[in-house]
Amino acid sequence: MTKVAMTVNGKAVSGEVEGRTLLSAFLREGQGLTGTHVGCDTSQCGACVVHVDGKAVKSCTVFAADVAGSSVKTIEGMANADGSLGVIQQAFQDHHGLQCGFCTPGMVMSSAALLAENPKPSEQEIREYLEGNICRCTGYHNIVKAVLAASGQDANAIAAE
Amino acid sequence: MPKDHGIGASTKRREDVRFLTGKGVYTDDMRVYGQTYAVFVRSQVAHGRIKSINTGNAAAMPGVLAVFTGEDFKDVGGNPAGWLIKSRNGEAMREPKRPVLAHSKVRHVGDAYAAVIAETYAQAKDAAQQLADDTEIEELPAIVDMAAALGNTSNRVHDEIPDNQCYDWGWIEDNRAAVDAAIKAAPHVTTLELVNNRLVPNAMEPRASIGEYFPGTGDYKLTTTSQNPHLTRLLVAAFVLGIPENKLTVVAPDVGGGFGSKIYHYGEEALVLAAAKKLCRPVRWTAERSESFLSDAHGRDHVTKIELASDLEGNFIAFRTETMANVGAYLSNFATVTPTFLHGTLMAGPYKVPHVYVNVKTVFTNTAPVDAYRGAGRPEATYSLERVVDKMCRELNLDPFEVRRKNFITTDMFPYTTPVALAYDTGNYHATLDKVMEMADVAGFEKRRAESAKRGKLRGMGLSTWIEACGIAPSHLVGILGARVGLYDAATVRVNATGNISVMVGAHSHGQGHETVFPQIVASKLGVPESSVEIVHGDTSKIPFGMGSYGSRSLAVCGVAMDKALDKIVAKGKKIAAHMLEASEDDITFEDGRFSVAGTDKAKTFGEIAFSAYVPHNYPLETLEPGLEETAFYDPANFTYPAGAYICEAEVDAETGKVDILAFYCADDFGNIMNPMIVEGQVHGGVGQGIGQALVENTYYDSNGQLLTGSYMDYAMPRATDVPFYTVDYSCQTPCTHNPLGVKGCGEAGAIGSPPAVVNAVIDALQRGGHTHVTHIDMPVSPSRVWSAING
Repeated sequence: MTKVAMTVNGKAVSGEVEGRTLLSAFLREGQGLTGTHVGCDTSQCGACVVHVDGKAVKSCTVFAADVAGSSVKTIEGMANADGSLGVIQQAFQDHHGLQCGFCTPGMVMSSAALLAENPKPSEQEIREYLEGNICRCTGYHNIVKAVLAASGQDANAIAAE
Repeated sequence: MPKDHGIGASTKRREDVRFLTGKGVYTDDMRVYGQTYAVFVRSQVAHGRIKSINTGNAAAMPGVLAVFTGEDFKDVGGNPAGWLIKSRNGEAMREPKRPVLAHSKVRHVGDAYAAVIAETYAQAKDAAQQLADDTEIEELPAIVDMAAALGNTSNRVHDEIPDNQCYDWGWIEDNRAAVDAAIKAAPHVTTLELVNNRLVPNAMEPRASIGEYFPGTGDYKLTTTSQNPHLTRLLVAAFVLGIPENKLTVVAPDVGGGFGSKIYHYGEEALVLAAAKKLCRPVRWTAERSESFLSDAHGRDHVTKIELASDLEGNFIAFRTETMANVGAYLSNFATVTPTFLHGTLMAGPYKVPHVYVNVKTVFTNTAPVDAYRGAGRPEATYSLERVVDKMCRELNLDPFEVRRKNFITTDMFPYTTPVALAYDTGNYHATLDKVMEMADVAGFEKRRAESAKRGKLRGMGLSTWIEACGIAPSHLVGILGARVGLYDAATVRVNATGNISVMVGAHSHGQGHETVFPQIVASKLGVPESSVEIVHGDTSKIPFGMGSYGSRSLAVCGVAMDKALDKIVAKGKKIAAHMLEASEDDITFEDGRFSVAGTDKAKTFGEIAFSAYVPHNYPLETLEPGLEETAFYDPANFTYPAGAYICEAEVDAETGKVDILAFYCADDFGNIMNPMIVEGQVHGGVGQGIGQALVENTYYDSNGQLLTGSYMDYAMPRATDVPFYTVDYSCQTPCTHNPLGVKGCGEAGAIGSPPAVVNAVIDALQRGGHTHVTHIDMPVSPSRVWSAING
């Protein structure tokens, strides 16, 4: 067992982990942050995406010990300071960009990483960036619209083209 | 102006807030004091005889608390099939026992034959591996191919079933001779052999269960990923473990998608309960994704020959189909009804065809069980029909739009009984066809095709028209047809003393948005704010009863039960109001949340009536009980029949065989709409899954029964880049005639209507591009298949 310390959603945390403990398990089991979901064993589905030092990573593929000292952000850290939904979260609700909600944390985290890199992505850029996030409910239509809207674009007009 | 409140408003989903902030609570998110971990030991061979299991080493490993094998469950009940189907010769179907854990034989890769319970997940996993190493299984030849399985008496999935056939079903057997004669005499017969590809449902949340036992009371609790907790309670309690139903609570909390795969009771649920009792500690299990691939019920997997007899003008005379349907190694709960009454009865489509006969043989194979997946039988029927109609149009050089139009049942023919025994209550198939043609600018297609051709691409347009039967009912009829359950639903409306309302519903929401939509209906009916209404679902200890959510039944069955309970609330409210207002009950009207004496300004608000019901100081106690809570069970008089017309426009790269979906148009008739935003979302999701089936998804077992597509590395899920923005319309509305909400259901439409539209578009592109020898490509129309068809 090794002791790891990191910042999660702005708060210093630490815990004993085995070498094989994944970041997803550290967050879910160790920190009780169950918003980060595990949907597959192969780093394909993207439900577990979190940010490590500002970059989107699949937390089921990262050892907790490897991110010691890093700053981690999860879906629980995405709301505004007053608890209201952040811009991307609000756009997902406004555009019905989620149904069962299971892939949603990863979708929001990936979308946030996209918009940090590319503040006004095109429809195609959004679809390509989200290729690593699988959704079985929405057919992606309203997810793409939500990301367009979160970036300040006219999602309805673009979707109707 | 769009509505902003109540029925017909696009109210934003209240459940989104918890899902968007990571505060949803799915089964695997729960932590239970004293919990232990179960890991299942699963067969690595498709077919084998268990010679020995040595549990000693595993049981002695660190942290291991218990080891279970099939031997421990050989005397408890089996997990039953929900429908008894009779063969054409009158014989009952063959129903082999489906045990909690495989006993004596393993029958598919992933078949669980043992389980280890340990203090930690890692300890259980290590011990499960040890147990696998200490098990001797004699491998038998795998039975994978359906045609080879049928009639194979020397190699059997179940020793007691000599030909691997579950049943040989005819619908309607009395029609057969007339259909045969009509086809023989017809001027033209189009024949098509096709495969409806096997799919893995792949809800994004893997299955998970937590079993608890409370020794002080003898009560059990199962928290599980279920679309229908009451059905799971019935199956696990009454059929499998023999627990009194009133000693078992089943909770389905937030559930991350189902699509059919979470309707059924699975052995893992029984195991965690039995283990919890033995250990007097909670036992939890969560599937890894590879376990989901190996052990969730799969979908589709039909091989069909369909014949369409017509005159030379394209008037349909007869449809005849022969289908082999895979049920896998064991009968999952709806496995026997899906290829029969959810498939054969839809084989007339929206057409006034006089003769239809359907034959289905279901086959046991050494593969995972196959059961209902979004649409369940109706996508298979629609795909067969719409592909063969398209082929007929080419053979006779007829316009596919006109052929549909001339064969549609017309609005003056309703109610209309088809030759396969469904009674369509209402519809307007011409309206949805006209609408989708307008949306897709059919007239402008040639110009777009020429533009594609300039870029070296082949452009095609595919049409599909569809109908489905939702809200399966009524119980007395399904009982005659072999159902072992009734198919009603239930709701309790509890008006609290302070006027806010709890509604306990039998339907379970796992993405459909019931927590938002059901309050819209309550708000409209009672004149209260949506925010004052809370929906309670997914807990057998809180809700009256329920058959759950599948088959687009939540609103059309459970929603109507709720509506009927609301009627009772209003009726009681009128009695209370009559007393308080000193008027005759007949003179009380209820509108916008106020009980008024007709023709006067005397009135009481809904809140005043509710308060009076619980603080009955001025109340007709001698004739009326206090309280304001009503329950209704609703057993529909008929199915509902949503229908629609879809157009797919696709481009094929003849050099690579790659298909791009450029546009997808849906014109649907769902009857009355409660929340347009959610309806659109349901159609988007269904179309996304249908495009997935048509373009990328397939489940491959090799000849040894090994699943080659057992992870997202190998099983192609549709991604955001595989699909376009969809154009969805639901303005053609013929309200259901036999339920008071006039609703029909929209959950499966997209998955039913879209696969044939996609394939028809691809064939159209190839035909127009000069590859006239290509008349059919089986799904998924992958680049290699398209390229091979072009160059074959």
